[in-house]
Amino acid sequence: MRLYSRVRLLLVLLSLAAALGLPLLTYAPNRLLTGQGIALLDLLQGGSGLRWLALLPALPLLLAPWWRPGIWRERLVYLAALWLGAALWWLAGSEATLRAGDEDALARVSFGGGFWLLQLLLLLQLAEALQVLAGGLPRRVLLLLLAQLPLLWLLLSGRLDSLSLLREYHNNQDAFDDALLRHLQLVLFSVLPALLLGGALGVWAYRSARFARLLFPVLNVLQTIPSIALFGLLIGPLAWLGRQLPGLGIAGVGLAPALLALSLYALLPVVRGTLAGLQQVPPAVREAARGMGMTPWQIMLQVETPLALPVFLSGLRITAVQAVGLAAVAALIGAGGFGAIMFQGLSASALDQVLLGVLPVLLLALLVDVAFRLLIARLKGADDHA
Amino acid sequence: MTMLELKAVNKFFNGWQAVADVDLQVAAGELAVLIGTSGSGKSTTLKMINRLIEPDSGSIRLAGEDIRSQPPEVLRRRIGYAIQSVGLFPHWTVEQNIAAVPSLLKWPKARIRERVVELLELLHLPAAQFLARYPHQLSGGQQQRVGVARALAADPEVLLMDEPFGALDPVTRGTLQQELLRIQALSGKTIVLVTHDIDEALLLGQRIVLMDKGRVVQQGSAQDFLLHPASDFVRDFVGQSDVGVRLLGLDTVASRMRPLQPVSGEPIAASATLREALSAFVARRVSSLPVIDAQGQPAGVLHFADLLPVAA
Repeated sequence: MRLYSRVRLLLVLLSLAAALGLPLLTYAPNRLLTGQGIALLDLLQGGSGLRWLALLPALPLLLAPWWRPGIWRERLVYLAALWLGAALWWLAGSEATLRAGDEDALARVSFGGGFWLLQLLLLLQLAEALQVLAGGLPRRVLLLLLAQLPLLWLLLSGRLDSLSLLREYHNNQDAFDDALLRHLQLVLFSVLPALLLGGALGVWAYRSARFARLLFPVLNVLQTIPSIALFGLLIGPLAWLGRQLPGLGIAGVGLAPALLALSLYALLPVVRGTLAGLQQVPPAVREAARGMGMTPWQIMLQVETPLALPVFLSGLRITAVQAVGLAAVAALIGAGGFGAIMFQGLSASALDQVLLGVLPVLLLALLVDVAFRLLIARLKGADDHA
Repeated sequence: MTMLELKAVNKFFNGWQAVADVDLQVAAGELAVLIGTSGSGKSTTLKMINRLIEPDSGSIRLAGEDIRSQPPEVLRRRIGYAIQSVGLFPHWTVEQNIAAVPSLLKWPKARIRERVVELLELLHLPAAQFLARYPHQLSGGQQQRVGVARALAADPEVLLMDEPFGALDPVTRGTLQQELLRIQALSGKTIVLVTHDIDEALLLGQRIVLMDKGRVVQQGSAQDFLLHPASDFVRDFVGQSDVGVRLLGLDTVASRMRPLQPVSGEPIAASATLREALSAFVARRVSSLPVIDAQGQPAGVLHFADLLPVAA
């Protein structure tokens, strides 16, 4: 047998190590205690033959490194990784139902290190396969989303409800929905002002090198202040402002300082993206536009903006993803969002509640990232085809 | 009629004089070439005509009218502008690029389309094939053709060209130089072209204006430059040792051939330059060449001795 893919072999070896060496799930008598590990082999011995059957797709994945490359290998890997990922969720869900029983039971089944590592490795397998299966970014995203359909079905059908994470969700459902709304507000209303102000500052910095020399040191220093420190620094001035201007809803803690701090952080990447976008417009294009009699406004709207847009959007993508993450910290000054769930879980040392706050932030950041990538790819694609 | 008139034009950059007391007149329908080394002020002079650079003193008139009498954008739409790096808009198709100025002038859509197609044909780019292409899908030569078409689009009174063929390979450059001569003969456009290539200047310029350190050193026809250089600088610039060969490049075979008995051998076209004829004599080791006309019919004969002009 000839080894065709070293990458796949590495993924397989790591997967085996994770499956055999790390606990797949943990079991604890209640939500605050640290759980005891449950290995994959224990799960297979304890359960029905159905569990063995669910893990069957591991076989082609194990053999794939030695399989001749081709579209069929990748299709099979895609399906196997998709199936196996869902199978692990199902396994976890069914074990949780077995061990923890009904709603009121205190016992909790959570995920162990092996579960997360295996899911990550399977995701990498999927990504490997998609390199061959899907040419463009849109198709890749579509296939990746399709691969999540089994998980969605497991979730909706209630088969995962006994898992500790889902129990935390059901216990905190209202708080979760509020957090989602507030988190989206935090991101939107901090990125939007940064977009307008940063865009204007970027254009200005482009027109005046002197202004750029003044602006960037300030923005760079802002960026280096740790977020918690910035939130803290803003408490004093904003509380004072709130006392001077009562009735505007300004206070040292809460939404106002959070939005202000997040906007400040968002400023640098937006300004930098705007400037970089404008700078990469070829000087000859600008000269031609001027020479043919376009007014400065026409040059800006018809030439500079469309040519700078892809680079600008790349800057905005970084800004938005960063804002999703930073908004979690804003909970520290009472701004709410998923950070609130996270910190609540931390203070109660309820790890699954922390997860309930962390996972949506992760997903949100991924979604924002993909949405921007798709948009940028679309813009570039419009230029490429005749 | 004078189309373009520069009077005592000066331009300083940070105290350094880029253009010094330039006087220049270009007649309607004339192709004038500004030539000089880099830093001679030729490009600056050109850009003052469409107000991309404003002169510090002096006056510039276009068709008798001071160019400062209207906003620069309005002026520029009356003047075609083509540059070495072309500067096509990468996010626009060939059609949109050529239509740029007519769109600024708010021509009706149908008229713009008609004009674009007409220009593409003029520059030998089949419209069906090129209208919807993007600049990055074109070769360098095709891009410059589109650039020239864009400059001509709104039927400007004057065409300004800043080293338009400087970045092209010699073959493409030669083709486009011939095209420019053809278009100029066809349209009778007034053209001001900047170059640093003396052969390009001798080939294209009806009037050649040599600049050095911001000043006009000599202006006149190609013959003037080759036969009566005004100074040692001019003599060096036109290439002292090649003057004879370059003079031959100014005349065609047709002007010297004799309508005589046909001779054998590979023929030369009547439209070829005497410089090419000289090359043919030497390369083929013959002392006479049969000449054919554009239709390929025998037209006469050219002897080696005919290369020498008849003493006037």
